[in-house]
Amino acid sequence: MKVLKITKEDLAKGLDTLNKSFRLIGPVKDKDEEFHNFEELGQGELPDFNFRNTRLSPKSIVYPQSEKMFEYTLDSNDPEHDILIEVKKEPSPQVVVGIRPCDAKAFSLVKLNFDTPEYKDPYWLRRFEATTLLGLACHNPCSSCFCASAGSGPFNTESLDMLLVEEQGGYLAQVLTKKGEELAHTAGWTDEAGSDAQKQIDTMKEAAEKRIKSQISTDNLKNKLDMEIYEEPYWEDVSFSCINCGTCTYLCPTCWCFDVQDETCGNCGIRMRNWDSCMYPLFSLHGSGHNPRGEKLHRVRQRFMHKLKYYVDKYDSGIQCVGCGRCVNHCPVNIDIRRVCELMNRSEVCPVTTE
Amino acid sequence: MLEYTEKIREISQKLLKDSKVDMVIGFRKGTVPMMNEPTFIRNANEVGQLIWDSNCGINLANYLTGRKEKIGIVAKGCDSRNIVVHLVENKVNRDNLHIIGVPCKGMIDRRKIGVIYGEEILNVVEDGEKIVVEGDGDEKVYDKKDVLQENCAICIHRNPVIYDELVADLVEEQKDVDRYEDVRKIESMPPDEKWAYFEGLLKNCIRCYACRNACPLCYCPTCFVDESRPQWVGKSIDPVDTRTFHFLRAYHCAGRCTDCGACERVCPVGINVRAFTKKLEKDVKELYDWEIGLDPNVRPPLDVYKTQDPEDFIK
Repeated sequence: MKVLKITKEDLAKGLDTLNKSFRLIGPVKDKDEEFHNFEELGQGELPDFNFRNTRLSPKSIVYPQSEKMFEYTLDSNDPEHDILIEVKKEPSPQVVVGIRPCDAKAFSLVKLNFDTPEYKDPYWLRRFEATTLLGLACHNPCSSCFCASAGSGPFNTESLDMLLVEEQGGYLAQVLTKKGEELAHTAGWTDEAGSDAQKQIDTMKEAAEKRIKSQISTDNLKNKLDMEIYEEPYWEDVSFSCINCGTCTYLCPTCWCFDVQDETCGNCGIRMRNWDSCMYPLFSLHGSGHNPRGEKLHRVRQRFMHKLKYYVDKYDSGIQCVGCGRCVNHCPVNIDIRRVCELMNRSEVCPVTTE
Repeated sequence: MLEYTEKIREISQKLLKDSKVDMVIGFRKGTVPMMNEPTFIRNANEVGQLIWDSNCGINLANYLTGRKEKIGIVAKGCDSRNIVVHLVENKVNRDNLHIIGVPCKGMIDRRKIGVIYGEEILNVVEDGEKIVVEGDGDEKVYDKKDVLQENCAICIHRNPVIYDELVADLVEEQKDVDRYEDVRKIESMPPDEKWAYFEGLLKNCIRCYACRNACPLCYCPTCFVDESRPQWVGKSIDPVDTRTFHFLRAYHCAGRCTDCGACERVCPVGINVRAFTKKLEKDVKELYDWEIGLDPNVRPPLDVYKTQDPEDFIK
């Protein structure tokens, strides 16, 4: 793997060049100065790397909150009336600059859902393929980050095409894929770093990993039976405070559920998909009026079971969580997935009776 | 705050031990700085989980809606006013409640402290009227009055208006408070500026409904935005639909909102949600001299009809 050396000036210059042929998206501080989010960068606009985690995850760059899929007309004089016509949209090539390794890793978890041998989601896949991920390693993870025990890490390279590692005066850049190579070439980043660069990166990686204080244990999740966890009495306690808002699911980089809606105005209409949330009662409401997840306990349990148990079983993989900590920090009532995971993972030992 | 906590535990333990209530609803210590979690305690041995400090901003009246058990509930001023609203609107039965009143000196604004501290906050300690913030930067000490939630800074009902017992002596209410300075500022804007203001306010909205769901007033079995037969409001993040949701929700709260600030506190993207409800609160105050949630025996002006109503249009 090639490691490049990029000065801060070269980064700015390279991004300027890239901005001519790519849609550039990077972390930008919101104008009320409370948080960063990923926004499209205008010509000459630079990403602001002075951030920990963006408030919203960058999943919407590949998977927008609302997305038009089809158009139709109800005008019976129109030869194409009542026919759903796919919205032809070739996504323009885009680069996400400064994406954190956890958020990039999230794309690989979500891909398992949108890209299966049986079904391929053209909207997600086309956009993902048109996207190059230029990551930014995390030197100072937040106190609520638990990426290292959630299958990711502050220097994790999964899904990334390049990884920038900040060092004095500039960056060391790992070129990880062919897309990454092309990106570096187009940007004019060609200076190879010295032979000890990889070693330098490894040292910084180790130091960053040591700074992660928050951990979860997931080792027992796979071996436990669904029903064993499902029927645990703690769900009442876990779900009590939940207000069933969509904060956790909408901020989460790995939540992928959507709802399909038709919207008609006059004779014209569109079919679109919008993010949906398993926290909403409407999510599982049947046409009959019956709701299999009619209580908030059912909905809260579903979210954690999906992320920490069903996903693990279905894909024979780790959990559907990268440990970014967004839900931990922004749940309005402080429901903490780390605490729930500990409950779900704990091994039951039959109490010894002394009688 | 330690005395409050101890007293809450003591009262709760007694209530549960004597089987006066089936559960006590209060707060337990949160897992991140400046956050506590609403919780319920059924077992007298577990009252040690209950705590009180300046991070109990969630309105607990929201957890009473539709419950049938006998409940002990920890209630600061605004919570108690929303309990009154619940009583007036028949959402809860007074006989089933044991209200543990908490005279309140305001909740601290997690967002504001985050912004002024500027670095990651690792721990926040309360020391009387001082708030000590420890984190990645230097330790900083703030006066609590400077970092209060906005609604708390202008609160004129800090003491519970209805309670069965109190955890401490009543506190002095704030006098000569100008509650509507911000509303007047918006009122005085020319239309285009006003429009831009509200547009800017909602630009980050992700339609997560945290504001609605944290609000004790929002208990409709099916909210108008969730109604699907027919569907009134689109579900995308089209600005028209987002505005429709916020404006209509605010109108549904007209003359009912206690300005508890829960909507604003819970918003994950920092929207100043109270900007919608406060104008209506001001109108109701000016038109009817009405403040909600003070007396369970008086119906609010917008849901009564009086034959001597001076307005012509109603006759």
